[in-house]
Amino acid sequence: MIKYITDEKNQRFIVPLISVLFGFIAGAIIMIITGINPIDGYSALLDGVFGNTRKFGEWIVSSIPLILTGLALAFGFRTGLFNIGAEGQFIVGAFAAVAAGIFVELPKIIHLPLVLLAAALAGAIWGFIPGILKAKFRVHEVVVTIMLNYTALHFINYLIKILPGSTNTRTVDVFPSASLSSEFLSSITRFSRLHWGFIVALLAAFLYWYIIERTTFGYELRSVGFNQHASEYAGMKVNRNIVYSMMISGAFAGLAGAMISIGTFDYARVIGASEGYGFNGIAVALLGNNNGFGIVISGLLFGALKAGSSAMALAKVPKEISEIIMAFIVLFAAMNYGIKRLLIHLRKEEK
Amino acid sequence: MDFMQLISIIIPLTLTSAAPIISSSIGGLFSERSGVVNIGLEGLMMIGAFTAATVTVLVEGPLGIVSPWIGILAGVIAGGIFSIIHAYVSINLRADQVISGTAINLLSAGLTIYLCEIIFNQQRTLAFLHGIKKDDIIGLSQIPVLGNLFFSNVHITSYLVILIVILVWYVVYKTPFGLRLRAVGEHPGAADSMGINVYRMRYIGVILSGMFAGLGGGIMVLTQDIQYTYATIHGTGFIALAALIFGKWHPFGVLGAGLFFGLSQALGIVAYQIDFLSSLPQEFFWAFPYVLTIIALVVFSGKSVGPRAAGKPYEKGER
Repeated sequence: MIKYITDEKNQRFIVPLISVLFGFIAGAIIMIITGINPIDGYSALLDGVFGNTRKFGEWIVSSIPLILTGLALAFGFRTGLFNIGAEGQFIVGAFAAVAAGIFVELPKIIHLPLVLLAAALAGAIWGFIPGILKAKFRVHEVVVTIMLNYTALHFINYLIKILPGSTNTRTVDVFPSASLSSEFLSSITRFSRLHWGFIVALLAAFLYWYIIERTTFGYELRSVGFNQHASEYAGMKVNRNIVYSMMISGAFAGLAGAMISIGTFDYARVIGASEGYGFNGIAVALLGNNNGFGIVISGLLFGALKAGSSAMALAKVPKEISEIIMAFIVLFAAMNYGIKRLLIHLRKEEK
Repeated sequence: MDFMQLISIIIPLTLTSAAPIISSSIGGLFSERSGVVNIGLEGLMMIGAFTAATVTVLVEGPLGIVSPWIGILAGVIAGGIFSIIHAYVSINLRADQVISGTAINLLSAGLTIYLCEIIFNQQRTLAFLHGIKKDDIIGLSQIPVLGNLFFSNVHITSYLVILIVILVWYVVYKTPFGLRLRAVGEHPGAADSMGINVYRMRYIGVILSGMFAGLGGGIMVLTQDIQYTYATIHGTGFIALAALIFGKWHPFGVLGAGLFFGLSQALGIVAYQIDFLSSLPQEFFWAFPYVLTIIALVVFSGKSVGPRAAGKPYEKGER
């Protein structure tokens, strides 16, 4: 057993698994300190995800945007870029989808792709700004995207309020032809909010895998991520690739925003503070090892934490515990150097 | 409304809005000057604000008007302790400092509200009776005109923060400690070879950043709010980060940038009373500091202004 765990070949997925395990242990410790029985908490969590088909539906609903922001972050990571601005691209994407769903009414078969395209495009534009600033002026993308997150928050809150029919807190509903929600999906999951977005997320994961693993463009992006100077020397257009990578990353995040605005809600909301989907995408990407399939799995895991939190609240466990566990998983995932060292240490002891 | 009356509203409001930004930004200065990027300022402010509000609520029964000061002190200590996580993960374990900082932000947002639920059975702290009150500053408020504009009906914490900036400038630029701190952030290898303990200096830098961010959070909740909620800090930690960059990692630069961003927020609050600004939406003023920082980054680009080794883990023996 120990030999398997400490084998270097298996570290690719052992290290993320250990982060998750440690995350749940840390969550249990917090619960114990605050006088809550962690077994009660975690069994409520499991029940909140698998309890019945409605809960199952809500689990998928929570996972969809996380898979997409995970893909957004991972795409950046593969190119050596840290797109901490997924949060802002998410916000502009959510709004663009709603705007495209309010202003025109078209047959669903045209309208739905159009609103999704609008969301992806808006996210891509918001990702273009840090991309071009990095390529042209060597300004670090982390700082620019952090600033753009809050710019997006306030700017979009303003735009939401001036759309026709909007109140101070939300827009009107989009036309049904622009909505991802489905009576059919809802009826087979005992009236959950399950919507067609899960197909979008899966297609996006496939597209991610295809671009990264199967195209010359993806090869160049990975090459830039490994060694920028070598790639430049080999004749690749590094600056152009940085801009494209930020735009594609932004497009994924923009789509994630649409999953909330035209999937879960059918309208756009004025928000007081960012909702963390973009930041959670960091956790999803890290845990999924920047791999398309891995991201779907880790998105489902974090989705379960999010979806199960309301069941935990019913069991008198404050629902913020799920955020705390997620944060610990990010922390442990960031410490993978430390975890690897621990594994090497274990391996030596074994010998 | 006449001009003087407007000025006499805007100046105290600017000072109140600027104090938490400047304090947290000074925290960021210590951390980044020692070579550790700290985007967890927002989260550390939350920890400070939550602790300050909670302690104030719990002790104000017996202690009355001194309780907010005890609350602020508790916030400073809590921020310092919490930042040790970031220090350990990014210094000893050489983790990506941006990821670690993000984890601090996520953890603080969850943990503070979780603890509110445990302690107060609701998603926020109870409202405190004794925040930090506006007051006249004895002596200075008697100065004609200026005393009325700058020193009457203000939060004394704003002047406390300005004094801290002067002190920090002295410490960072005029003492051996400051020289070591900056050396470790510019060229840790060289500093190490001169016998400076790089890890120790970086720990001090990060813990000071936690304490000043905690101070900023405590001041913010006790001067601008009635209780701690999930929206109390609403991005001020990131504005502090912006002020650090805009102020070119220099204490007086940070002071200027913090006051400027504070003015922007103050204008957002009173804009509806000013003719030529009333047509602008409030959101414009909220977004202004961020947009300005992006522009500043482009203008500064090409010149090395930040600490050179910031963001890079230091490994002994590595060249």
